[in-house]
Amino acid sequence: MAELLVLPALLAYGEAAVAYLGELRGPGLAGRLATWGVRLGWIAQTALLVGQAVSTDGFPWGTWAGSLNLFVWLVVGAYLIWGCKPRYRLLGLAVMPVAAALLALAWAGGGTSLADGHAAGLALVIHVGLMLAGFAGLTLAAGMAALYLWQERRLKRHERGVLRVRVPPLDALDRLAARSVLASLVLLALGIGAGATSFERGDFDAAMGVTLLILAVYAALLVLRHEGRRGRRAASLNLLGFALVAIVLPLTHFAQ
Amino acid sequence: MSMTSEHDPVSKLSLVGVSHHSAPIELRERVALAPAAAAELAQRLGREAVVLSTCNRTEVYLVRDEHAEELAVEALTELAGDRASELVPALYRLRDEAAALHLFRVAAGLDSLVPGEGEILGQVRAAYEAGATGPFLDRLCRQALHVGRRVRIETAIAESPASVPAAGAALAQQVFEELTDKRVLLIGAGKMSELTARNLISRGATIAAVANRTLAHAEELAARLNARPVDLDGIRAELVEADVVVASTSSAGTVVSRADVAATLALRRGRQLLLVDLAVPRDLDPAINGLEGCFLYDVDDLEAVVAETMAGRRTEAARAEKLVAAEAERFREWQASLEVVPTIASLRALVEEIRDSELARAGSRLSERERRQVESVTTQILAKLLHLPTIRMKEAAAAADGVVYADVVRHLFGLEEERRA
Repeated sequence: MAELLVLPALLAYGEAAVAYLGELRGPGLAGRLATWGVRLGWIAQTALLVGQAVSTDGFPWGTWAGSLNLFVWLVVGAYLIWGCKPRYRLLGLAVMPVAAALLALAWAGGGTSLADGHAAGLALVIHVGLMLAGFAGLTLAAGMAALYLWQERRLKRHERGVLRVRVPPLDALDRLAARSVLASLVLLALGIGAGATSFERGDFDAAMGVTLLILAVYAALLVLRHEGRRGRRAASLNLLGFALVAIVLPLTHFAQ
Repeated sequence: MSMTSEHDPVSKLSLVGVSHHSAPIELRERVALAPAAAAELAQRLGREAVVLSTCNRTEVYLVRDEHAEELAVEALTELAGDRASELVPALYRLRDEAAALHLFRVAAGLDSLVPGEGEILGQVRAAYEAGATGPFLDRLCRQALHVGRRVRIETAIAESPASVPAAGAALAQQVFEELTDKRVLLIGAGKMSELTARNLISRGATIAAVANRTLAHAEELAARLNARPVDLDGIRAELVEADVVVASTSSAGTVVSRADVAATLALRRGRQLLLVDLAVPRDLDPAINGLEGCFLYDVDDLEAVVAETMAGRRTEAARAEKLVAAEAERFREWQASLEVVPTIASLRALVEEIRDSELARAGSRLSERERRQVESVTTQILAKLLHLPTIRMKEAAAAADGVVYADVVRHLFGLEEERRA
């Protein structure tokens, strides 16, 4: 029965994604409905994850679909930190459709079932948890970068409705995206450290290479930002890094 | 405490007033009152009165008795002096539900020139606090303040700027998270510069410098804004530190070129720059908008933003009207329930009297413990017995049948005879 919790979670995330579109027309009921969709969906998904953890002996999120399930939970959880504030609601427009789509994919791949877990040592569990948390933070940072570029474009073009749709200030988006990247890099570094304990010579593969490249891109972003290259350039680099996370990393991971 | 006034079984609301809808400014300024004078008039008018006087309206809200309305009209025409004959046809009178609805619309900013403007709510609060209020107007004014707050929280009517200077300041908040540590450079010392500066200051910004061709004018405005005066040659240096630039000179040509701003970009280390050009012809080179991190708005851009937000305000006003109407209905129900309150009070007094006398008769036969138990049980029985009739009478009052129900209850329980006895 617990695995059926994916349905309310999916429904609530989907409702939030649609309601955020309504918020675009102006602040009001649609935004509040979206926020409640996120909250209720996240609670349902939390219950699902607890159900999975309780019902299996090993690590229940060892498969790609299981990892995706956990990843979506982390992304939405991170979004909830800011997303409930009216000013930051529209960040949900960038995050929730992705979250709903990925959860549906995890469901289709069997990542939300109560099947037997995979045998895994503590180091591997910590490694997977930290890596997923890090990538969740980068997803959120990418959402902020996308929102930054969209709002900057509206301001540059002098769009008449620029004050009617509530979007976080450019400064705030730039700063929060940088902080999310920094926190994510720390999590990724710790995750890599945890994974290195079981690393053996000859284990190095393309996925690890891409992960290191991702670390390098985001580290470069932080350095350049420190040097004064903020705003549009930082947001663009952020999206480039996320393209590596979202496209290249899965390709190299599953190609093995 | 009785919910009704001392003389009248049911308090009635009256409004006498004049506003921008009914009278030109020449007439309104005659009857405009300073806060102290408005408070004095409220005290003078009767048992309960509140005088709301702003630049757009002077309105007297009072609990109606035989002469209250006439006294209010007299007071206003007296203020109008030799233009009293023009004032009388401009005065409007509203009563009860219509008067309450009007006050709620005023508090919500729906009767203002700019829908949803925020200042009026404070003015209603000040009038309430200075007024001669009793239970009736106290309830009315508190509900009006509640309506005003609710409309501003539940709709977006007050969120958008309604003027070009306010739009400039709102745009600054769209770029920067907080304006508290932001530095503003004013180019030009005219009225538009000052208005925009005041808007930015009200949102926390600091005016760093005022630049003007005539340094004396820059010094004058800078002194008022606690800023530094500079001449036009000093603008380049100021651009390095500025976060917001407001330009409004009467210069015939460009005052700040693209090259001027581009030269500062390296030193600004990626900080955003918002430039607001209020001058015609324009002071700032339009090509500045193409520079990274620079956002340039001229008067046309700002007016387009204001027009769009005003359209948004009107949409939100329609939502606000529904909220206000619902609150006015609540007030009407409360006011109508006052019709049956004396009957309910009499009925409760009668049954309480019967209970007391019966307890007194039985008192000698009961121990102290038994007496307390009987008291407790009878209190609960009476409360349960009277609960439903009380609710039904209030409901009937809201549906305009209150007087009939009250008469029936008085007749059935002999409340009139009780009173006469």
